[in-house]
Amino acid sequence: MSGIQGWLRKDGRKGIRNTLVVAYLVECAHFVAAEIVQRFRNTPHEGAVQLIGFPGCFPNEYAARMMERLCTHPNVGAVLFVSLGCESFDKVRAANAVDASGRPVKTLVIQKAGGTKSTIQAGADWITQTLAQIAEGPRAAMGVDELIIGTVCGGSDGTSGISGNPAAGKAFDLLVGEGAACIFEETGELIGCEEIMAERAVTTELGQLLRESVQKAERYYATLGYGSFAAGNAAGGLSTIEEKSLGAYVKSGDSPISGLIKPGDVPPKGGLYLMDVVPDGEVRFGFPNISDNAEIVEMIASGAHLSLFVTGRGSVVGSAISPVIKICANPDTFRALAEDMDVNAGDIIEGNRSIAEVGREIRDLVVAVAAGKQTKSEELGHREFILTYKSFEPIGPACLPGAA
Amino acid sequence: MTGPFLLLSDKDNVLVARANAPEGLEVTLEGGPVRLLRPIPMAHKIARHAIAAGETIRKYGMPIGIATADIAAGDHVHVHNIRSAYTATHALQDADGISAGVSL
Repeated sequence: MSGIQGWLRKDGRKGIRNTLVVAYLVECAHFVAAEIVQRFRNTPHEGAVQLIGFPGCFPNEYAARMMERLCTHPNVGAVLFVSLGCESFDKVRAANAVDASGRPVKTLVIQKAGGTKSTIQAGADWITQTLAQIAEGPRAAMGVDELIIGTVCGGSDGTSGISGNPAAGKAFDLLVGEGAACIFEETGELIGCEEIMAERAVTTELGQLLRESVQKAERYYATLGYGSFAAGNAAGGLSTIEEKSLGAYVKSGDSPISGLIKPGDVPPKGGLYLMDVVPDGEVRFGFPNISDNAEIVEMIASGAHLSLFVTGRGSVVGSAISPVIKICANPDTFRALAEDMDVNAGDIIEGNRSIAEVGREIRDLVVAVAAGKQTKSEELGHREFILTYKSFEPIGPACLPGAA
Repeated sequence: MTGPFLLLSDKDNVLVARANAPEGLEVTLEGGPVRLLRPIPMAHKIARHAIAAGETIRKYGMPIGIATADIAAGDHVHVHNIRSAYTATHALQDADGISAGVSL
């Protein structure tokens, strides 16, 4: 028994949190939406009311689909959309999708609601009554085999690839073995790993698609002139994108790769999945993911209940909607930022614990967080969120060979 | 294990520091003892043996770049003497792992 009591949603999926999200639909509505969320600070509902949003005024199918997936994520219990009124985002489509999912939904249009103060008050009033309503939502026992877990690394250094990422990979092996669906991503940080990764695919056809996804990332980043590599990676001892990639790759563990998904595609069953985060077609809209939270959001859109975040330099971020477990690869960083870190994988560097022991700790923490334990970033109030412009072609049937 | 340095794969021509290693530290490599010419921060790399310009650098048994200069055994192997076979590395003043990366 996992001990997890999930929030049962109409589509049969279960959530590990019951969050009310306030989503602004253009930057012009951001402040008002943020003020609504702010009203619940220092109340018993702090943390349960969270801010997400999309800043752009131009329409984008990817952003529309992501917003629908995020607002119908099993960790979400209700949605308040905040619109300025004249932006291009299709707020009716978004609200209809949330309504069809059985969740309470409300759209406030600032231009029609009387302005800033009136909209903030109307939003806060709706949230107060809706929180009471969703607290009564049905609960159901939830198994580890119903969990979807993402993994990301950020602020990597030369320790990430020898402690934190292998430990996360070990946790993934344990979780996949228990039937969970695990997602790894950032094809731009798998450059140099495409051949060894393709060999792990469950079919040769899928293997070729995995290879092509990395080749696409290589072309995309070459056009932009930078690899997926920050200056701090070099300070931390990483010299090239392929060195960073090899370290990042090991967080996928040793399980066979069951499928290739794109942001918003939900894994059809347990197993290990690669998420292709690099847009299709010609280079448009700039860098695929401008910072770590964009990747976390994409895994959440694919149903991730929580994310494993491995860091060497020391990231402090969390996320809206799904908790983030922070695994610190570097023992010096762990000591410097202990208040932000959930797991000290630096023990492996110092010879105090094995990769298998830290991997087991991560697996056990995943189950505890799913059962309600707060992560460090949740306790601290971190709820970062980014959604930007992209464009994707849908995946083909060869991407999910076992789904039929 | 060679002092504070790890060999991750027999195929590698670099070793990785598992702790900060001070300048002047004597490290015994296969070709004999060398003294570190500069401090090597945790997770940075040194050459396991002499590497010629143009040679492939291997870590985890896999290629991680190409030497842009001759590198002596025990020398720091990093952005100043290797390059990516894919996209160029972006680094700031603190890439040596020692500078603070702030001007004041």
